[in-house]
Amino acid sequence: MSPDSSSRPTARAVAAEVRDGSRKALDVVEQHLAVIAAREPEIHAFNVVLADEARAAAVKIDEMVSAGEDPGPLTGVTVALKDNMCTRGVPTTCSSKILAGWLPPYDATVVHKLRDAGAIVVGKTNLDEFAMGSSTENSAFGPTHNPHDVTRVPGGSSGGSAASVAAGFTQVGFGSDTGGSIRQPAALCGVVGVKPTYGYVSRYGLIAFASSLDQIGPFTNSVEDAALMLDVIGGHDPLDSTSIPQQHPSLREAIQQDVTGLRIGRITDLPAGADADVVERLEVAFDTLRAAGATIVDVQVPAFTFGLTAYYLIAPAEASSNLARYDGVRYGMRVEAADTNAMYGVTRAAGFGEEVKRRIMLGTYALSAGYYDAYYGKALKVRRLISDDFERAYQHADALLTPTSPSVAFQFGAKGDNPLAMYLCDTYTIPSNLSGQPGMNVPFGTGAHGLPVGVQVLAGTLQEPTMFRVAAALERELSGGLQ
Amino acid sequence: MPEPDVPVRITPAAVAKVARLARLDVTADELQRMTAQLDGMLEHFADIDALDLSDVEPMTQPFPLANVFRADVVQPCLDRDEVLAVAPAAEDGRFRVPPIIGLEL
Repeated sequence: MSPDSSSRPTARAVAAEVRDGSRKALDVVEQHLAVIAAREPEIHAFNVVLADEARAAAVKIDEMVSAGEDPGPLTGVTVALKDNMCTRGVPTTCSSKILAGWLPPYDATVVHKLRDAGAIVVGKTNLDEFAMGSSTENSAFGPTHNPHDVTRVPGGSSGGSAASVAAGFTQVGFGSDTGGSIRQPAALCGVVGVKPTYGYVSRYGLIAFASSLDQIGPFTNSVEDAALMLDVIGGHDPLDSTSIPQQHPSLREAIQQDVTGLRIGRITDLPAGADADVVERLEVAFDTLRAAGATIVDVQVPAFTFGLTAYYLIAPAEASSNLARYDGVRYGMRVEAADTNAMYGVTRAAGFGEEVKRRIMLGTYALSAGYYDAYYGKALKVRRLISDDFERAYQHADALLTPTSPSVAFQFGAKGDNPLAMYLCDTYTIPSNLSGQPGMNVPFGTGAHGLPVGVQVLAGTLQEPTMFRVAAALERELSGGLQ
Repeated sequence: MPEPDVPVRITPAAVAKVARLARLDVTADELQRMTAQLDGMLEHFADIDALDLSDVEPMTQPFPLANVFRADVVQPCLDRDEVLAVAPAAEDGRFRVPPIIGLEL
């Protein structure tokens, strides 16, 4: 398995071939199903593979192309959806026992948009239960394995979608990022992963974890593919009142521009904790951008270091409220009891896993009378500090560069029973969720054990075009052999 | 971070109360473990105690949008039978639940 994502076919290339009739969508699907059949038993990227549905969709697309119709910019592109995105009539579990047996009565907006653009959904991917975790070890259905080394985690929480792209199961994967759940697994699996600005992509049909932080984004084999995906799924949706009511500029056009004249910020007071191999690659990335015509500037984001605390009070608080709906009444499993109140308690005890319970408890505590001001209220103020610090930094820099993950992919069980050790995996990704600003992982060579290392590009609110320009420059220089 | 033997920031009784508020039944073992883990987390979270936040406005959402309305026009909604078909229990077009009235809650 090559850690180099550029060796796998891009969605853009596949769409071009299927669209002009030189390749059948059905052949594309069959090829991917064959790869899945060969490696899925050792990877476990999927909660469900929708083989028949994918074949049927491919046949339809091939018929359209034969009839001279254009199925859209993603014609014949195979996609994997994190299993917290609703798909009508198809099990959507959040990798939790509590949603056992539930079939969503509607599709998420991203699913509509992908199908309308000609994409083919191949399966629903594994995740840490309700997207809570950084390793996909918290799934009720067992962990996903890293395609680069199956003794290691793929990261999380969107580990299944990251692994699906890295293993060549699908050209594209989709995940959700609340504190790093797209970027960190993208780094560990050696693929591109983007968390856009909060509100850039509709969250309608994404099962809520922390509503002021959650955002959907793609995993791809190239920066251009990621731009293509966001051009398709981005934009206002009347069904999501938090989606930004404006049109986004084309990111595929944005990446045509180089980085000459851009100011790239180095955060001088970044929290320590990244491994030496990760820091080394980050330094190469700075050198690469300088050589490509950018200027490197020093910036400070003093409150960055308090992101972890603010996040682990705010996200569980919101989760404790969002997950109150899983009570055995309207969907999923129920454990019978003499009265409704008792039924709630036993159903939730049986349905939720340990990490989800821990966060519900933490969030309920942070919101409870007598503790609200000391914990949740204070965390909201720290969130403001972080946001203000970023604003100041972006007056001096057009984009910032940091590690994505403090380390390469770690082994199963490496974080032990200490929840904080796992939470520290998100040190570098969390602050931009709190500020609502975009961030993306760009695979940038390898580190310890020959495993992928990524660098994170951050930018200001709705500055995706700049962020993508930087990402494209890194990718270009790396594939050009300038290391 | 090692888990402290004796929790100092939160007691098992407080954790039991939170579990009741969250409608989450916990075993005695879970209560002990959760108390120790929550205590360890709260200790870490004390890093923000030193910050002067007196003049800082709380930030509840990253992209402030106020009063988002849609046109006041009847729209199709979810199909009732499809929704009830996947509910744990349904009867006469409604969700069915165990008794809620006349019991000590």
